Amino acid sequence: MRRIDGPVRFRGGGFSPRERFWAAAGTLIGLVALWQLGCTEGVIPTLFLPAPVNIAVELWHLTVSGELWINLKPSLERLAIGWSVGTVFGIGMGLAVGLWSALRSPGMAVVSALFPIPKIALVPLFIIWFGIGEGSKIVTVAIGVFFPTVIATAGGVDNVPRSLIRMGQSFGLSTGAIVRKIVLPGALPAILSGFRVTASIAIVLLVAAEMIGAEHGIGAFVLSAGNLYDTDALMAGIVVLSVLGLVVAWVIGLLERGLLAWR
Amino acid sequence: MSDGLRLVLRGVCHAYRDLSVLQDIELVAEPGEVLVLVGPSGCGKSTLLGIMGGLLSPSAGSVRVEGAVAEDCLNPLTYVFQDFALLPWRSVAGNVSLVLEQRLSRADCAARVAEVLTLTGLTEFARAWPRQLSGGMRQRVGIARALAVRPACLLMDEPLSALDAQTRDLLLEEFVALIERARTTTVYVTHNLAEAVRLGQQIVVLSRRPGRVREVVRIDRPLAGRSATDRDLLQVETALWRMIRDDAVAAEREIEHAPH
Repeated sequence: MRRIDGPVRFRGGGFSPRERFWAAAGTLIGLVALWQLGCTEGVIPTLFLPAPVNIAVELWHLTVSGELWINLKPSLERLAIGWSVGTVFGIGMGLAVGLWSALRSPGMAVVSALFPIPKIALVPLFIIWFGIGEGSKIVTVAIGVFFPTVIATAGGVDNVPRSLIRMGQSFGLSTGAIVRKIVLPGALPAILSGFRVTASIAIVLLVAAEMIGAEHGIGAFVLSAGNLYDTDALMAGIVVLSVLGLVVAWVIGLLERGLLAWR
Repeated sequence: MSDGLRLVLRGVCHAYRDLSVLQDIELVAEPGEVLVLVGPSGCGKSTLLGIMGGLLSPSAGSVRVEGAVAEDCLNPLTYVFQDFALLPWRSVAGNVSLVLEQRLSRADCAARVAEVLTLTGLTEFARAWPRQLSGGMRQRVGIARALAVRPACLLMDEPLSALDAQTRDLLLEEFVALIERARTTTVYVTHNLAEAVRLGQQIVVLSRRPGRVREVVRIDRPLAGRSATDRDLLQVETALWRMIRDDAVAAEREIEHAPH
């Protein structure tokens, strides 16, 4: 026997992480400050990795000259259209696969077969099919977004408690009403989590598609800067992409807070 | 409220693949009557309720509803679920209006929601999320949602079993008042014999799986005059327990020894 004597030790707490804006901002600012210090002290050769200050100056010049907007505007348009198309079709297919047995096996077989194919490898094929214009880039983004959205939505539908669907049936709700009022809201957390993934995939594929065949766009701009060994401009383009990623994550966070307030 | 439906079950059998769950069930729930289904675990009480409500199709036999329903009845056979089955993304009022908003004008819907929230004492929680409510309050929302469609027959699947004893007693008395006021036919599944004798006018005892009607006990006293401490009700409760006990023990052992 072992004798114990003393106050009960607190063992609860934890496992409930909260978002802290200043911790996130401080980390990013700290990393940039370290990077700047490394460049100033000569630890980091600025020929290969320009200093943050130089990148900021380059960004300012690109903004004032209008060159940034000339490249950013088509990228944003392609991103918005491609992501929206891929998301709408992906949610539709995900719901169908999640709800109907007739579509589940064939749908998942197609998704499983096509999802692992690197979509960047398909860009030349899309250029042949849809031309060098906007079509091929939008399709690249849409296809890249489509498959993860199908998987996220179908998973979300699978996780909707069947007792809620039975409740809807017991009250005589139509299939459409059950999908609209029970299945879709129940799958929304998974769909919104999928948005975080698909938004990043969309940016990656957009840049790749623009590098292969575009006159304007952030991808084309970065490639052109790289060809000219203009590392300041190249990094400015990359910073724009990074900021784009942050803005998209922030918007999705707002959506989650608004639409999932019930959690 | 509707005057209630007559629910007639003839030769109802049900099997899950090779496992026979219900066999040859013959029952009649008269209009406005409270029929309570009791029996050991796994005897098919909830399955039978599912068949009555049209959520499950019987392997054999038939379920018929007879009678007239009121014009404002939106769902003649209405369920109340053990786990409440509330939509967590809808407020209390949103859950109650789930069916109404499809079938009524906005004004009529709001009026009916307000009426049932008042009836169930939920008015001040109309905008609360289900997660903010206690178990008892959540089941009140389930009841309010059911009453909002003006049912002709309430199908209640162990509605109090997920609640603590005190809440169960309080809510049981509210059920009595609501059932008396609404005068709907009610089929109430429970494993709690005290609930069965407090509510039941016809208590149907099912045998262990495959469930058959083993005994039908009738209590003619009005619900309002009953109390949990009434000697005659306690005697019925004891008699019911004697009927079920051996089956309940056998069913429990069956569950313990079931392959995992």
